[in-house]
Amino acid sequence: MNDTTLINTTMNHAKVLENSRLGWLLNDVAGKRLLTVVLAAIVIIPLLNLLVPPDSFFHVSTYTVGLLGKYLCYALLALAVDLIWGYCGILSLGHGAFFALGGYAMGMYMMRQIGDRGVYGNPLLPDFMVFLNWPELPWYWYGFDNFAFAMLMVLLAPAILAFVFGWLTFRSRVTGVYLSIITQAMTYALMLAFFQNDMGFGGNNGLTDFKDILGFSLQSDNTKVALFVLSGLAVILGYLLCRFVVASKLGRVLVSIRDAESRTRFVGYRVEHYKLFVFVLSAMLAGIAGALYVPQVGIINPGEFSPINSIEIIIWVAVGGRGFLYGAVIGAILVNYGKTFFTGAFPEVWLFMLGALFVVSTLFFPQGVVGIVQQLKQKRAERTAFRTVAQQSGASTESTPANDSKILQEPAP
Amino acid sequence: MTIQFGHIPKHILYVNGVTVSFDGFKALNNLSFTVAPGELRAIIGPNGAGKTTMMDVITGKVKPTTGEVFFRDTIDLSQHDEAEIANLGIGRKFQKPTVIESLTIFENLELALEGNRGVFRSLFHKLDGDQRKRIDEIVELVGLAEKRQWLAGALSHGQKQWLEIGMLLIQGPDLLLVDEPAAGMTDHETSLTAKLLREISGERSVVVVEHDMEFIKALDCPVTVLHEGRVLAEGTLEKVQNNEEVIEVYLGR
Repeated sequence: MNDTTLINTTMNHAKVLENSRLGWLLNDVAGKRLLTVVLAAIVIIPLLNLLVPPDSFFHVSTYTVGLLGKYLCYALLALAVDLIWGYCGILSLGHGAFFALGGYAMGMYMMRQIGDRGVYGNPLLPDFMVFLNWPELPWYWYGFDNFAFAMLMVLLAPAILAFVFGWLTFRSRVTGVYLSIITQAMTYALMLAFFQNDMGFGGNNGLTDFKDILGFSLQSDNTKVALFVLSGLAVILGYLLCRFVVASKLGRVLVSIRDAESRTRFVGYRVEHYKLFVFVLSAMLAGIAGALYVPQVGIINPGEFSPINSIEIIIWVAVGGRGFLYGAVIGAILVNYGKTFFTGAFPEVWLFMLGALFVVSTLFFPQGVVGIVQQLKQKRAERTAFRTVAQQSGASTESTPANDSKILQEPAP
Repeated sequence: MTIQFGHIPKHILYVNGVTVSFDGFKALNNLSFTVAPGELRAIIGPNGAGKTTMMDVITGKVKPTTGEVFFRDTIDLSQHDEAEIANLGIGRKFQKPTVIESLTIFENLELALEGNRGVFRSLFHKLDGDQRKRIDEIVELVGLAEKRQWLAGALSHGQKQWLEIGMLLIQGPDLLLVDEPAAGMTDHETSLTAKLLREISGERSVVVVEHDMEFIKALDCPVTVLHEGRVLAEGTLEKVQNNEEVIEVYLGR
């Protein structure tokens, strides 16, 4: 790393430290830009959808709104992954599991909302339970007709799994690739379990056929737009929360764990507590993303637990720029837009492209799209700096360590 | 978070009959020695003498197979883990400088500053004036004042070592363990480091593990020679250098 980056980065850090209560937000220039764009999108796009007539050039179709809403959910999920991977070095290859759990909790609420409008018309049991001849609702479906309870479960189900999983692994100091493999195994195991009809979550087909949410029909444009706006708000709030965490001293402890775990331990921090905190927080964010995703796509099935989904999240973050919260958001939206485009245009090459994207970004752009932009900016700054230095050549500003020390004042022998 | 005991202990560190075996290989073999409060002590020995294992035992990374290790006379270190031991007041400086490269020097010291290490305390932590002053003092002491807003990754090898010593000091430890601080340093840096270590002992005990004889000479302190996991000789540098056994271990064979 050269001095220009250093100075840029360190000045940011310095400002964060010096600044008042809102320094964590005010000094995050790129973050503020990103939040402005998201905010503008959730204001303007609904207007273009609802108020502009469908034949106008400026009309945004409901299909597009749904698609963008889905991208926003992915963006929140990417934020969650970047928080643990980018800042704490925990490479979770199973984060799709938390997303799916949040989605299932939301799905269960919407299943209960169907009531007697299902194919079999049973007021209490969802269709798949009637089909399987279940006499009554399993105990773990109780309460899901209550929206508040379901929302609590959206947070608690991922949080509890993350807590138990994290407690066991972090305490045993499982790190690096071993941890990644275990997270992958976790999501795979959950996928197999949820495929079982006996689990009571709809097996293979999952939960679908949703009618409404809080009494609003899922088919109506208004509901779809509202879900899109909520997803945007969730991304904004999620970003602010993550930013607050990483700009706090806790965030610096996380970076310290990422860069030198045993050093952090010898400084006296309980590394496992910090990891557990950030892992559970991240799982809850992923759960919220899942809960917003399911009503927008209309289905949740065990496929969401599939390991490949979790790996894709990692690719979004890597492409966007690991360790930059706004990079994660950008990466998620960029890659998923690419996915939508290419799976439409050249469906058979998409997976190869995704793989290539990962390899290329890891090998050549370890800091992703955000890193490329920064490098370009930096080059420009360097050229300017070079010109300035050339003008006032001769004066060296760098002092030797011996000169600025009180104790170490001995002249060089 | 140094615990106040209200009296000066007889020994800061009391190591008695410690043996550590890895699959039958005895890395430490009935090792005994003590360190007094405020003492500066050098520990030397050929490769494989057990210097690093000794550090591991004191800092809780390795549990002794047999024997006892006491801190401040009464605290049995074998009962605590690394984080607890660090908070009890034992700082450890690794051979390879490990500072947090993507944080600034100031932030490195902020992390190490003594204070509550809890997760939620960290989340809402704000530095107060005294803490800032403390960081400024230490950053001056280790000679990095003008670079306080640099990323630690941009420092030279020697400067990283000093920053790490600063990080240990700011934890307010009673005992500092320093593993080969002079390795990879220029002669000038080496002599400055010796001066720094002499300066900081007194208020606290410092144990230095080192190979470099010039550096040991500059430290001008009692020396303990380890060999095959036990103490071979102890005394001034001059005395141990004239010890027959030491000469044989270092020069013979």
